[in-house]
Amino acid sequence: MTTHASADHAHGADNHGHHELTFLQKYVFSTDHKVIGLQYFMTGVFMGVLGALASYVFRMQMAFPGASVPGFGLVTPQIYNQMVTNHGTIMIFWFAMPVLIAAFGNYLIPLMIGCDDMVFPRLNRLSYQIFLFSAVLLIASFFVPYGGFGGAWTSYPPLASNPVYNQTPYGAPMWLGAVALEFVAFLLGGINFITTLMNARAPGMKMYDIPMVVWMIVIASILFMASVGPLIAGAAMLLFDQTLGTGFFDPARGGDPLLWEHLFWFFGHPEVYVVLLPAMGIVAEVLTVFARKKLFAYRTVLWTAVATGVLSFFVWAHHQFVAGIDPRMANIFTVTTLLISVPITEMSFVYIGTLYGASIQLSTPMLFAIAFIVEFLIGGVTGIFLGASGADIYFHDTYFVLAHFHYTFVPIAVIAVFAGVYHWFPKMFGRYMNDTWGRIHFWGTAVPFNGIFIPLFYTGMAGDHRRTFDHLNFPDLARADLIFWRQFATVSLLIMLGFQVIFFINFFYSMFRGKKAPANPWNANTFEWVAASPPPHGNFPTLPHCYRGPYEYSVPGRATDFWPQNEPAPKT
Amino acid sequence: MLNWIIQGASSYAGQIDNVIVIIAVLGGFWLILAEVALFYFVMKYRRSRAPKAMHVTGYEHEYKKWIHWPHYLVIACDLVILVFAARAWYHVKQSMPEHIDEDIRVVGHQWAWEFVHQGADGKLGTADDINLVDELHVTVNKTYRFHLESADVLHSFSIPRFRLKQDAVPGREIIGWFTPTIAGTYDVPCSQMCGLGHGIMGGRIFVETEAEHRLWLDSVTGKTAANPAHGLGKLASTQGGN
Repeated sequence: MTTHASADHAHGADNHGHHELTFLQKYVFSTDHKVIGLQYFMTGVFMGVLGALASYVFRMQMAFPGASVPGFGLVTPQIYNQMVTNHGTIMIFWFAMPVLIAAFGNYLIPLMIGCDDMVFPRLNRLSYQIFLFSAVLLIASFFVPYGGFGGAWTSYPPLASNPVYNQTPYGAPMWLGAVALEFVAFLLGGINFITTLMNARAPGMKMYDIPMVVWMIVIASILFMASVGPLIAGAAMLLFDQTLGTGFFDPARGGDPLLWEHLFWFFGHPEVYVVLLPAMGIVAEVLTVFARKKLFAYRTVLWTAVATGVLSFFVWAHHQFVAGIDPRMANIFTVTTLLISVPITEMSFVYIGTLYGASIQLSTPMLFAIAFIVEFLIGGVTGIFLGASGADIYFHDTYFVLAHFHYTFVPIAVIAVFAGVYHWFPKMFGRYMNDTWGRIHFWGTAVPFNGIFIPLFYTGMAGDHRRTFDHLNFPDLARADLIFWRQFATVSLLIMLGFQVIFFINFFYSMFRGKKAPANPWNANTFEWVAASPPPHGNFPTLPHCYRGPYEYSVPGRATDFWPQNEPAPKT
Repeated sequence: MLNWIIQGASSYAGQIDNVIVIIAVLGGFWLILAEVALFYFVMKYRRSRAPKAMHVTGYEHEYKKWIHWPHYLVIACDLVILVFAARAWYHVKQSMPEHIDEDIRVVGHQWAWEFVHQGADGKLGTADDINLVDELHVTVNKTYRFHLESADVLHSFSIPRFRLKQDAVPGREIIGWFTPTIAGTYDVPCSQMCGLGHGIMGGRIFVETEAEHRLWLDSVTGKTAANPAHGLGKLASTQGGN
């Protein structure tokens, strides 16, 4: 860790001291946290587009079964299963995690805690390279003989472990290998985030002075690292089952498929909070800046996040109430699951409380941040139906579950990410995104999103099961109202996807032609706004000193309504 | 509430629906409260109406109580939900009715349900068992104990009209029960991803009156009396050797 004191590092393309860097060294093999962050972002968004296109294919099949999908063709059961499986896998592991944790984490942590780079820059680069390889491996799994894996993102054996059952002898191990490598990439990233936060904070920055988004990403990394170990072991065992003929999960060879379910969900449920917390962090930053208001009860937010994280390790079996576990266990997991509603409601109330007495500017990032709370509340409340054992008997594996978790994941991975992108874009590229088009994009995203998933709550309550190739095969589900709402959801998806084109045009146009932005366009307090826009290699001309918490907005008696963390208190 | 969308047809459907109603009422209360507060603040504190924000840390008692009181109320609501959910769960999954009228065996296969009805002798696993593919015949208001198995991968035995769902796990026999209360024919989809044909794996359950059931029994006993086999072999033959 060295201090780059020279101020002539313009445009982020710098020479790291002495020698000129080639294009490859600057952008492909860079160890700069900002470049790695953007690499993660671009790769994640690219994968997200693939995941969205997969949803287009299977939603068309849901609405118009058997019809040829424009631009794709006929959807066979095999293609349908592949699309559903990989949509889930991609959106969680190759879109939500890289964008929320790796992209924002890499870009923001060093800037927001006031240092020049991650403490392990090369480990950071290795993390991205492994991630990129895992993405390539996953995409390649579609093009091998017999096609990609189609056994659902949960990959339950013996379906997943035995090619006789899943009929994808190459696709299944490649899928699993890609997921395992992705875990490795995030383990490396997590080590970096935690160590950087603990060791490289600006002088004067105490624990409660750290911006919430940094805390949230680091807590998420800790949760991830603590939960993924058993699943990596499980993945290795499953890979052996697939390829070497072992029988860890195959009852025919003395194994037990429920073991996999436990390993998977012991990771899988904390994973929900691994992606939720960074989104909550992004929203906290955007909310305070555009409300000109201190975050309501900072310590409460932080400790409820920790409590949620700890509790999330004790709720996993609510995914398995009807899976054949001992039914007595369901009662214990109902208690722990309902308990998690306490810190989460508290956190939601605190965010709403932050808006009390505020001065709210409904800019594009703020609209997305508020929409996050509005929609996430629906996702949270509908989760109670599934955590309560008695009600879950009916709702398990229906579209109600699907609608519920999309009401959590879309606010997290789409709405909060957009809030973050519109908010930090001026920092990343030194230019503003167009606000009018941003608002159009906002309404075109938030409204159709509800149009997709509210009908799916209804079809789920009526008995539509997940991962069903064609509901019309089931006489009770061939009802006119259900057919209508399935089509309504699909049309809403098409509208939502269409509006994303506006975002991409706005994004790439503004990158080169947008209005030039100053270093601190939103009058925000945190350190990243002290650096130039875009920040040069080394970030700060001189490393900042921290004098106060990150949310001192509208402090009485000051001429301005913000008080940057690096600004010394006036001498009295 | 759920009956408006899909009529319950088993003895415990009403109890499960009640849990759902209780959660909908309590959860709905908090959801509406939170959303109303949120929208009210956004409207009231727009910059055009509130040019200067307040400085609130959130630790002041007068503000903190607005977070703390709801927090205790949420715990109280959780307790209510827990009691109703656990009671329904205990009734459906953890206990077995004292009187069982009939046993049935349900075996999941890629990609069909095999239903083994006990024949005239009233016992499972005997020569007069009636094996059918994707067809389950029961009598209304009789209590059935099912023995759920899987021949290959995970499946899930689901009868939405009964509010019944239970995964079938290879290597295990899972026991459960149901009492149909309304005659009719309902879907029995597989609700756990089981491979290529998962989306077409669906049986039908025929809930018949006593007289209808006897008629059905008479119509099949002639056919099945000569067939001693049950289990996979029978299934394979009815599936055309596939």
